[in-house]
Amino acid sequence: MLSSIRLRCSASYGLRSYHLTNMRAFDELRKLEIFFMEETRRGCSVIELYELVQHAGNILPRLYLLCTAGSVYIKTKEAPAKEILKDLVEMCRGIQHPLRGLFLRSYLAQISRDKLPDIGSEYEGDADTVTDAVEFVLLNFTEMNKLWVRMQHQGPARDKERREKERGELRDLVGKNLHVLSQLEGVDLDMYRDTVLPRVLEQIVNCRDEIAQYYLIDCIIQVFPDEYHLQTLDVLLGACPQLQPSVDIMTVLSRLMERLSNYAALNAEVLPYFLQVEAFSKLNNAIGKVIEAQEDMPILSAVTLYSSLLKFTLHVHPDRLDYADQVLGSCVKQLSGKGKINDTRATREIVSLLSAPLEKYNDVVIALKLTNYPLVVEYLDNETKRIMATVIIRSIMKNNTLITTAEKVEALLELIKGLINDLDEPQGLEVDEDDFEEEQNSVARLVHMLYNDDTEEMFKIISILKKHFLTGGPKRLKFTIPPLVVSTLKLIRRLPVEGDNPFGKEASVTATKIFQFLNQIIEALPNVPSPDLAFRLYLQCAEAANKCDEEPIAYEFFTQAYILYEEEISDSKAQVTALQLIIGTLQRMHVFGVENRDTLTHKATGYSAKLLKKPDQCRAVYACSHLFWLEDHETIQDGDRVLLCLKRALKIANSAQQMGSNGQGSAGSVTLFIEILNKYLYFYEKGIPQITVESVESLIQLIKNEESMPSDPYAESLFASTLQFMEFQKQKGGAIGDRYEEIKV
Amino acid sequence: MNFLLGAFKPACNISITFTDGKNRKQVPIKKDNGQILMNPLFQSQETIAGKIHIDSYQGKKVEHNGVKVELLGQIEMYFDRGNFYDFTSLVRELDVPGEIYERKTYPFEFSSVEMPYETYNGVNVRLRYVLKVTVTRGYAGSIVEYQDFVVRNYVPPPPINNSIKMEVGIEDCLHIEFEYNKSKYHLKDVILGKIYFLLVRIKIKNMDLEIRRRESTGAGANTHVETETLAKFELMDGAPVRGESIPVRVFLTPYDLTPTHTNINNKFSVKYYLNLVLVDEEDRRYFKQQEITLYRLKEETS
Repeated sequence: MLSSIRLRCSASYGLRSYHLTNMRAFDELRKLEIFFMEETRRGCSVIELYELVQHAGNILPRLYLLCTAGSVYIKTKEAPAKEILKDLVEMCRGIQHPLRGLFLRSYLAQISRDKLPDIGSEYEGDADTVTDAVEFVLLNFTEMNKLWVRMQHQGPARDKERREKERGELRDLVGKNLHVLSQLEGVDLDMYRDTVLPRVLEQIVNCRDEIAQYYLIDCIIQVFPDEYHLQTLDVLLGACPQLQPSVDIMTVLSRLMERLSNYAALNAEVLPYFLQVEAFSKLNNAIGKVIEAQEDMPILSAVTLYSSLLKFTLHVHPDRLDYADQVLGSCVKQLSGKGKINDTRATREIVSLLSAPLEKYNDVVIALKLTNYPLVVEYLDNETKRIMATVIIRSIMKNNTLITTAEKVEALLELIKGLINDLDEPQGLEVDEDDFEEEQNSVARLVHMLYNDDTEEMFKIISILKKHFLTGGPKRLKFTIPPLVVSTLKLIRRLPVEGDNPFGKEASVTATKIFQFLNQIIEALPNVPSPDLAFRLYLQCAEAANKCDEEPIAYEFFTQAYILYEEEISDSKAQVTALQLIIGTLQRMHVFGVENRDTLTHKATGYSAKLLKKPDQCRAVYACSHLFWLEDHETIQDGDRVLLCLKRALKIANSAQQMGSNGQGSAGSVTLFIEILNKYLYFYEKGIPQITVESVESLIQLIKNEESMPSDPYAESLFASTLQFMEFQKQKGGAIGDRYEEIKV
Repeated sequence: MNFLLGAFKPACNISITFTDGKNRKQVPIKKDNGQILMNPLFQSQETIAGKIHIDSYQGKKVEHNGVKVELLGQIEMYFDRGNFYDFTSLVRELDVPGEIYERKTYPFEFSSVEMPYETYNGVNVRLRYVLKVTVTRGYAGSIVEYQDFVVRNYVPPPPINNSIKMEVGIEDCLHIEFEYNKSKYHLKDVILGKIYFLLVRIKIKNMDLEIRRRESTGAGANTHVETETLAKFELMDGAPVRGESIPVRVFLTPYDLTPTHTNINNKFSVKYYLNLVLVDEEDRRYFKQQEITLYRLKEETS
């Protein structure tokens, strides 16, 4: 049996599919082991067996047999496990062929795995038993790694790539040793720090092989507990700059930091340890050194490292903003002199770097405290700056962060400059229209997050915004001005009413000042083709001024609005809407003196009459009637003018009807009549003496006549509901009911 | 008729038994015809005693001029086959001339025989010990019977047993240092050692340790040297890098070795060598040979 296996072993090693054959051989060897075991039970001396297998002349089968016999030897406990293991690991040196050696040693690792003289193991030896176990694994590991590294030099250079690939596939064989080490019960922190780590690192550093170094460092990080890493951070990190320059140290360190931060995140109670071992400064130093050591490290790697470090410090030391700032500072230092970053992946990494604090604190205010933050942003290209700005804004929105001081606002605006200003965009790079709108909308939304209860501070904020927005280029004003105005108007409303100042202090922020300010802002708008917007804003302001009893200002705003109406608004539909707005706003104005008001109303009615389409004219005119009758204001109750307006509206409706009958039916005009009737009823109800019962009745009569003609269902239903309303008011009784009572239909 | 019969068959049958024949250790000896026979084992200074039985056939009378037993130590050279050189010759007369009618038993004893050399079966030379019983007859020819026995001599462990340590190499190509733990090994010994690679510029395929036997016969101009490789033991597979050390552990038990013999009776010498062979990828061999002394150590269990 022995010899047959010996034969099979030696035969199979020549085959190319080494891996497979090995699996088979391992299987056979397992059977052999069982056979050996039985032999010893039958009384065959295991020592003799151990010697006997060494008579084999060919080394490879001999060593496989030796390992197998050794395994049995240990099991019989006739000799201390450590002696046998030591012997085995030493004898295995005979195989210097990398591939065969690797497999042999991996077989050794496999059979010895459950037989290490670990603490608590049944093979536990004397006092230093763990040291023996560790020593064994380390030795085997070292040798395996050497073989593994050597593999690359086997064979012709042109096959190098293929060989490297094969090597990559074999790495687990080497890594398994580290895994075994980590599983040893006896490897405690002290053991790890004093023996295991230094030895493994020494091997890693000395092997000067890129693949091995990368894989093994990563192995260490993944295999051993976080706690160990934390306590041996300086040792581990100290090794990093010594690695080959081509080693992807960035990934390795990132993973380490990731692990540590996860560890910190999951176990809050270990945080003090992080402080104790100064994890942050160590990592920071290490990264600095690594970057220094690897001169041609791509910017991507550096940035990724800093990004990981930042994430780490955010997780572990959320309270130490200075750390985060330090990281950003180092990053800036690294980026400086490299100009803008062109590598897209690096850019992406920077974005993630910059987003990290936002995500962590959910509060952009904290990010604003990081002095280096904007400096990093500087290195982004315009496109990315915009993206970054969007990210920041989104974060603010999501968390409803209020930014309350002018200083912070200033900083924030500096950060999101990409959205606020036209940057020196390279030609031919068109920003997508939709995206642009989206971005600007978000800026607009942002404006509302800038808020302070203190009016003075708020004013400062607004001033800053204005400063930035006005320089932001015409395309943006459309989006940025309205929120700014609205925000300002809100401020005005909150201003203490004059004379209401309990401290008698002269408020530095007066309504007048703000209105001037508003005027300036809005003036910017007509320059860009959005008069519409400016027009509305003027009206808004006018209304606000009205509330503040600032007649001249309100008047000024109105004038501006009128000018815009006249000069810029030419589309008839827009005119109609605009006019409605004017009428609506004007109606509510109570601040104006008679003269001013007259001028304005007169103008408004004038505009109404000048509308292009008759129905529009009609509607505008009857709307104007409201301008002359304000219920609460005795001074503005001019029944004559109301009646005049309504009559003119009727006239226009009439002429519209005539034009209509020439043309395509008069359905529209009936609706106009009914609408005018409604106005009549309104004013009648208000008790304007000029609106008589007769005029109402005659109008109803008129409509009824018109009704006889074919008409549209809309008009009919409108009329019906009007009549219904009258009926309803009648039944309500009281003063109004009485008045309706008088109308005879 | 009887006379004729006697011409074709020995007139009597001679057998030799040793006193402690049943308990004495037997060792295999390869005969010329390839047959392996078990022979009793003696060592120098032992008393060789036993009985010789002579049976005449069918009660026939055998006349003789005397019976004697000789203890011979012989060296036989193969190029001079059949010609024995006796280096030891002891004679005991067993009987005066007379007749043998029936079974006759003669006890004999050679006490404390000096047998300085060991039995040896080499390529070109053989050293053997034999008991020769002769029934001398005048005209009919003497009746002779031989009984081989084996002699092995045990020596105590040598007082001085230095290790073999040597640095060898080819300039700028290969430098190794090897070390064997002893220079003198007993036959059941283990060779332990280490080979250090100080410089490796050639692509080594493997490394073997050979045990070689060098048998030289004759003297002067007629010296004939025969070298055999008795063992080939692979020490290393693959190419080592500099700084590597390879362990050596070779058990001697499985090999058919004898002690080193130096100038046995001016006839022959047997020497052993350890030959370290490195084979490179082009199958070139690099080797270094080192003599070792083998000796026979008394085995505790025998």
